[in-house]
Amino acid sequence: MPRTEFTPSITTRPVYPGLSPVPGAAALMLADASGAEALIELALQDAALIAAAHVIYIPEGAPFGAALAALHPKHYHEGPSFSAILPRFRKALLDAHMGTRLYLAGSETLIGLAMAEALAAGLPVDAIQSDHRGSIARRMQCVHCKGITEGVTTDPFTCSHCGLTLFVRDHYSRRLAAFQGVCVDAETPGIVPELQEIKP
Amino acid sequence: MTARQLRVAAVEPLTPLVTRFRFECPEGGSLPLFSGGAHVVVEMPDDGVLRRNAYSLISDPMDGSGYDIAVRREDAGRGGSRFMHTRVAVGDLLRIGAPVNLFALDLTARKHVLIAGGIGITPFVSQLKQLQRLQLPFELHYAARSRAEAAGLRLLPDLPQVHLHLSGEGKRIDPAVILQGQPLGTHVYTCGPQALIDRVAEVAAQKGWPRAALHAEAFLAPPTGAPFTVTLARSGLKIEVSPHQSLLEAIEAAGVDAPWLCRGGACGQCETEVIACHGRIDHHDHWLSDSDHAANTKIMPCVSRFQGAELILDR
Ligand code: FES
Repeated sequence: MPRTEFTPSITTRPVYPGLSPVPGAAALMLADASGAEALIELALQDAALIAAAHVIYIPEGAPFGAALAALHPKHYHEGPSFSAILPRFRKALLDAHMGTRLYLAGSETLIGLAMAEALAAGLPVDAIQSDHRGSIARRMQCVHCKGITEGVTTDPFTCSHCGLTLFVRDHYSRRLAAFQGVCVDAETPGIVPELQEIKP
Repeated sequence: MTARQLRVAAVEPLTPLVTRFRFECPEGGSLPLFSGGAHVVVEMPDDGVLRRNAYSLISDPMDGSGYDIAVRREDAGRGGSRFMHTRVAVGDLLRIGAPVNLFALDLTARKHVLIAGGIGITPFVSQLKQLQRLQLPFELHYAARSRAEAAGLRLLPDLPQVHLHLSGEGKRIDPAVILQGQPLGTHVYTCGPQALIDRVAEVAAQKGWPRAALHAEAFLAPPTGAPFTVTLARSGLKIEVSPHQSLLEAIEAAGVDAPWLCRGGACGQCETEVIACHGRIDHHDHWLSDSDHAANTKIMPCVSRFQGAELILDR
């Protein structure tokens, strides 16, 4: 799956320049189905980096597990979802020292959630690299009720918590790993712009 | 620069080469507080030459009753430290600038590792007081040649986080050991000789530390050198820079107002456009990029010098 090219936006909108090997004390890697190939490409650039890495993979039914395991990372672990791998990911961050580099690949939600965990654990933002591949569905926070709606692909969309019709902003919270959704018809109740597919 | 006249309240030798000076308000009263790592610029009227040297504050940042500095006597230097050591006595009045901090702690860090070489201990003395007050995790590594030369021994608290590395006693500082296994979110600060700063940066890069977690202050005194001539195009002046004068000092001595802040090649404030350069600029600053240095289109007059036929500045 190729890297997603996003159109330029405001500065808070995250960008995902891709992965390139950095020599360091240790490497932690996390990918979902759409990001697995990014880790395989990284291994082609630097086999030694993968050999010393802790790789965590969320296959979501995709067939890349065998190929990743065949790269012989120091630790290899698969789990069915982000919440399933979270205890292991947190433990890896807890045991990590300065010099550890984190490589994230896959959907925006996976990258965002993993990055928020890593930052909360004290990993410097400059020690994190990311490669966006696959779905551009967004994790949205309703700024009114604060509820999170996952997998949003249209603009506007309906908040799954309070039911307001929300406009999809590029304003992003690194702490919440979510974009901000703002009521689109607050001043003209019921008058809602035409539904559009979200574009990269 | 807002400078004010302060009275020398104490002069105390810490080692044969390093002396502590304390400044207080002549009228009594309180001075502005500062933050750990801040420095002041001391003005020294030395036989018709006005020298201005920057010194780290070593007193408590939250104590406005006075400012303390520690000055190492550099006999090969331009004369500022010699002036402090030989001409300044208790009761004298000297003009001191307001505190400026170009070496502040990054308070987003989870832990602070401070590495000092020699007189580079000075900014850490006030940082340590700030770290203790905020109850933040830290460790300090202080490298010196011998106990007798280590002025910091008189200034540092007796704490288990303070580690002494005396090369004379066979305990050389090893940045690779210090950086090993530090927890996520650690920031490292180095102050001392350039070789120590470079070594810490090199070890950190090998271990994969991001650049943003590294902070350094080279205690850069303007180097001495051969005399040279400079043309100040805007002022229509041609001035001589003597061996023991910095270019900035020579510009000031000619009565031309020029911007400055750190006087140590770190802050960028004195950056000046070069109109023509026939010869070689000896860039000594940490401000301009390598490509700027190579292009010779900008100069930092607080520390850099010139050799050659002609240098014309937009000043
Ligand atoms: S005065 Fe700060 S770089 Fe020259």
